[in-house]
Amino acid sequence: MTIKTTLAASTALVVAGSAAFAEAHMANDMTLVSWGGAYQASQDNAYLQPYLEMNPDVSAVWDESSAEAVAKLRAMNEAGNITWDVVDVVASDAIRLCDEGLAMEIDHDEMLADGDDGSTATEDFGDLLVSDCFIPQIVYSTTVGYRTDVAEWNGNTPEDICAIFDLETFPGQRSLEKRPIGNVEWALLCDGVAKADIYDVLETDEGQAQAFAKLDTIKDNVTWWSAGADTPQLLADGEVVIGSTYNGRLFSLIVEQDQPVEMLWDAQMFDLDGWIIPTGLSEEREARAMDFIRFATDTQRLADQAKYIAYGPARASSAPLVSTHAELGIEMAPHMPTDPANAENTFLYNYEWWADYRDDLDAKFQAWLAQ
Amino acid sequence: MAIAFNPTAAKPLRPFASFSLPLMIAFGAILGGALLQTWDMGPGLGMITGAVLAALLGYALSHHLPRKTGRLVSLGLVGVLGFILGGPLGGLVGLIIGALLGWAAYWLTTGDYRRGVPVYSTSGQTLWHNAFKFICGFIFFFLIAPILIVIPLSFNAENFFTFTPGMLALDPDAYSVKHYQDFFTNPNWLQPLKNSLIIAPIATIISVSLGTLAAIGLSQSHVPFRRGIMAILISPMIVPLIISATGMFFFYSQLGLWMEQYLGMSKDLTGYIKVILAHAALGIPFVIITVTATLVGFDRSLTRAAANMGAGPAKTFFKVQMPLILPGVISGGLFAFITSFDEVVVVLFVGAAAQKTLPWQMFTGLREQISPTILAVATVLVFVSICLLTTVELLRRRSERLRGMSPG
Repeated sequence: MTIKTTLAASTALVVAGSAAFAEAHMANDMTLVSWGGAYQASQDNAYLQPYLEMNPDVSAVWDESSAEAVAKLRAMNEAGNITWDVVDVVASDAIRLCDEGLAMEIDHDEMLADGDDGSTATEDFGDLLVSDCFIPQIVYSTTVGYRTDVAEWNGNTPEDICAIFDLETFPGQRSLEKRPIGNVEWALLCDGVAKADIYDVLETDEGQAQAFAKLDTIKDNVTWWSAGADTPQLLADGEVVIGSTYNGRLFSLIVEQDQPVEMLWDAQMFDLDGWIIPTGLSEEREARAMDFIRFATDTQRLADQAKYIAYGPARASSAPLVSTHAELGIEMAPHMPTDPANAENTFLYNYEWWADYRDDLDAKFQAWLAQ
Repeated sequence: MAIAFNPTAAKPLRPFASFSLPLMIAFGAILGGALLQTWDMGPGLGMITGAVLAALLGYALSHHLPRKTGRLVSLGLVGVLGFILGGPLGGLVGLIIGALLGWAAYWLTTGDYRRGVPVYSTSGQTLWHNAFKFICGFIFFFLIAPILIVIPLSFNAENFFTFTPGMLALDPDAYSVKHYQDFFTNPNWLQPLKNSLIIAPIATIISVSLGTLAAIGLSQSHVPFRRGIMAILISPMIVPLIISATGMFFFYSQLGLWMEQYLGMSKDLTGYIKVILAHAALGIPFVIITVTATLVGFDRSLTRAAANMGAGPAKTFFKVQMPLILPGVISGGLFAFITSFDEVVVVLFVGAAAQKTLPWQMFTGLREQISPTILAVATVLVFVSICLLTTVELLRRRSERLRGMSPG
């Protein structure tokens, strides 16, 4: 009994001591890397500002460099000068960074907070932990928005994803992302391939040819985008009448900016976004980064982010806490891509499949674009 | 010979129907096709309307009205017509078309197009003379229009780079200064502004001092390997920026680590030093080139005269040489300042987020969220550049005038 108490007491002491030690040895400035725009603003409001209030000594700067995170981290690693502390990347980039040893491996249960409902981090995030280095934040989707005032459509409104390929009913310029992912799946789906068979068909040369043949039918009417801000701008301009982009951008365009645009949830492509911590940080900086991440990915913080942007929190335990928009006061749950009504027909970005076929299809896609 | 030079003969006025009228119609058709969308007309209908307007105006004005009245009538008539058909914007376009057509009618029918051309020029030469003027006009237009279009767009009340229907109708509610407010209150823009205002002047001072010294040294005939040294110093201007930037990234990373470890500087401070040094290296070639050019006209016997009167080299430099080459130094400094102030590639590589400059913020902002705040910033920068150039030009004229007045 005494031994047990002593043990417990000393363990507690050691834990408290090491916590105090860590507290004293955390770096006081952080560089956070994200995507800019409304998304970064939501992270700033939901995670960083509360964190800075709790830790008044800490100062932080944002760097909007997530788009070139992989290349920059490689260069920083070669130069031996890592200037970033936490980096927001999409899951596929996290997988690449993890494979190259540029991102730190995380013990999710150890380093992240438990869910509010008592589940461990691993249970709470579930399938979304797609890599040992990846700490998921949000589920977002790539989906389609269209203008509601197109006279040539004679009152027809797009009902499903295939409206993109239907130049007869829905004439006009469209915008699609300048990469095969998403586009080839949609092309096959609208060419009559069953959803379950799409990736099997895409593995064959004939299947790929079929997808490109379907894309060929609209190629002359497509504006290709590479930044998330492009399609909202093009839709607002009326330069395109229908186009794909991230659901949060469409939410902002429709609800916050009040443009004559509507969106479809049909065949939305789910993808994940989250944090990684670069390898090669000093101990103090690593401790600060971990402390921030632990705070920023707890149940309440992930739910808070949904007040500012229409992306679904990655923790299952956060879903019931999603409340209303911070300024507009509308319920955010119906605008989440994960909402059951919106998620009737979805694709989950197939990381393993695309890891195997991405280089090949990227090359074919670029060649097809140049034809 | 029948063809003799006869200065008293009146210039032959071209017949209206076979010369002025077709040209007016062509001019009207081009204007109409390009501008009459604002009157709710397609390009085809616009061209026809423009041509008809031009023919009627050309005939009525040149045959029945004196020049000044005629131009005013044309301005008013087409302006009102535009207002009826296309609202305020249509009216504005109408005024422009009216002014252009009124001018063209008299320019063609009275033979003004021959002014500025010697009397003995053939029609071909006259045609080329005028075509040349038009080409110059178009070049200026295409240089300046993309800059001017930014200014009205920056007063957009919407968060997009779009002329909204409200803006086109000149509705006051469609305009706002909220993007300017955003620029001057949002820390995301204030921090880069502050960084730019720290980095650019210091980098300019360094490049002006080093560049002027280098130019003076290289202009002495006894310096060995002058051409080789010059080529090396100018290389940052010739090597593609992205290559310099990659090299600088690796070089300055090591330098930064060294300064942090052995000199105990903070990460922020080394960041600024790295960016400032990199920008100074980019600015030096501009200073060297402009100062070398002014030194060509510098009379060396003046320095010998100064030495003869007992002035040391430093005094000679500041009292004799510097005032004379000052215009070159200033314009070199201006180029160096603008290079640093506009530079985005090197700072993206060498700087960290704490050294984010205005161009960096504009670049990432343009890619991730196309916000009109960028246009507001651009407008402010355009005006700053205009003020800067005007000031320098006025100072230069003043010093020239002063020097012209003083004897000797």
